[in-house]
Amino acid sequence: MNLKKFNEIPMAGHIVEPGNALEYKTGGWRAIRPVHTDETCLWIKNGTCGLCWIFCPDNAIRLIEKDGEYSYEYDYDYCKGCGICANQCPTGSIKMESE
Amino acid sequence: MRVTVVERVPAEEMRIEGLTGDAAIAHALKQCDIDVLAAYPITPQTIIVEDFQKFAANGEVQTKVIPVESEHSAMSACVGASAAGARVATATASAGLALMWEILYCAASLRLPIVLTIANRALSAPINIHNDWSDSYGARDSGFIQLYCQSSQEAYDTTIMAFKLAEDHRVLLPVMVCIDGFILSHNVERVEMLPDEAVRNFLGVRDPVLPLDPDNPITMGPLALTDYYFEIKEGQDRAMDAVPEVYKEVEAAFEKMTGRSYGMFEKYRTDDAEIIILTHSTPAGTAKAVVDVLREKGEKVGVLRLKMFRPFPAAEVAEAIKHAKAVAVFEKCRSFGAVCNPLALEVRAALYDLKERPMVTDFVIGLGGRDVPPTTIVEGYEKTKEYLAKGKAPLYETLGVRK
Repeated sequence: MNLKKFNEIPMAGHIVEPGNALEYKTGGWRAIRPVHTDETCLWIKNGTCGLCWIFCPDNAIRLIEKDGEYSYEYDYDYCKGCGICANQCPTGSIKMESE
Repeated sequence: MRVTVVERVPAEEMRIEGLTGDAAIAHALKQCDIDVLAAYPITPQTIIVEDFQKFAANGEVQTKVIPVESEHSAMSACVGASAAGARVATATASAGLALMWEILYCAASLRLPIVLTIANRALSAPINIHNDWSDSYGARDSGFIQLYCQSSQEAYDTTIMAFKLAEDHRVLLPVMVCIDGFILSHNVERVEMLPDEAVRNFLGVRDPVLPLDPDNPITMGPLALTDYYFEIKEGQDRAMDAVPEVYKEVEAAFEKMTGRSYGMFEKYRTDDAEIIILTHSTPAGTAKAVVDVLREKGEKVGVLRLKMFRPFPAAEVAEAIKHAKAVAVFEKCRSFGAVCNPLALEVRAALYDLKERPMVTDFVIGLGGRDVPPTTIVEGYEKTKEYLAKGKAPLYETLGVRK
């Protein structure tokens, strides 16, 4: 991230533009990362469930559907390794592993 | 500063009344046309808010008065209102100021030009309602500008000037206007008041920078960690640097209107003084009377009466006292465990870089409202002479206590 000087930011550190959390890459906080197993994942199997996507606090899970095929990926810029996805997964398809 | 055209107000347009320090502040707040006043009653500040609520009940002001459940809430309500662009004031003392502590820092850091009037009072325990400076001296690092007044007239004048100073876009910091509890807050003095229109013209309407506005939503005081907190503090610090220049401009305009100005400090018979008594608020009045008597006896002594404690005008004070053999500081506060006390710490630091420095003595006086009669000032003066002869002084000592 491009860090600004004291006189390049709004007075008192006010946030004057909405949505600037995008500039803050929380992925740098991650100590453990989610590792996904396609074989047992209900999204991959039939496009259902999606609990990981619902619960992820950083919108760092992408559930993708293209031409009837389901795929899955993490956005490691924002995944801070909280493990909520692994905790929610009803089939145990997500495991947290040390970085 | 927004250019304000002010003219000298003719004497016949001034209203003269006998007012206590508190009442003088209440009248000033009324004329400053504040939008919000949120306060919780505490002695000896009570009359400020009582009088103001009377103005509100009588329909003399358009102000929204918010009686809150604590001083923490009072300052919080002020922060919210000021953030929305309102002109805001509150008043407190002692334990009330202590309870505001957390939000004092928020007000200053968020750059909100709130005026906080204080009738200085000792802190508990034991509980005590009388005057010393422990309350506002404790808040000296909060980021507020601090101005101390010696008379009801000065309290009135300073309250009006405080808004102009605080709201200037080069400053945007909250201001504490301090008067000595009971000694000034409850003492009736002659006060010359400006016509309402003159005050309104002098202050204008507040022009807020980045206010809370539903049509242009912003976030104030968001989380800032290791990456930005320090930069935000740097900005706040620079704002404090701008205060002396803006204060001079504000005073110059006020003087044009009234003929009165005070400066960051007042020099009283200091030009040829060998010993300079340095203090502020009401002890400064006593010290001036003492100096007049000592001068008649041929003593070369004067008074530097400080008005602005934050920011501390270090270079200017050093210039004004450097020719003296000794500077005797009198202050109504003990900073427990410190090498000396808040006022003397500033004075010693201000003098440190000089090749030849006056000796500095530091006398703690009047804690809990213990009377400071002329004899206490004379005692400190005599001790300072004694230490000068010996070439060595203690870092501080208490005067006027049975020991």
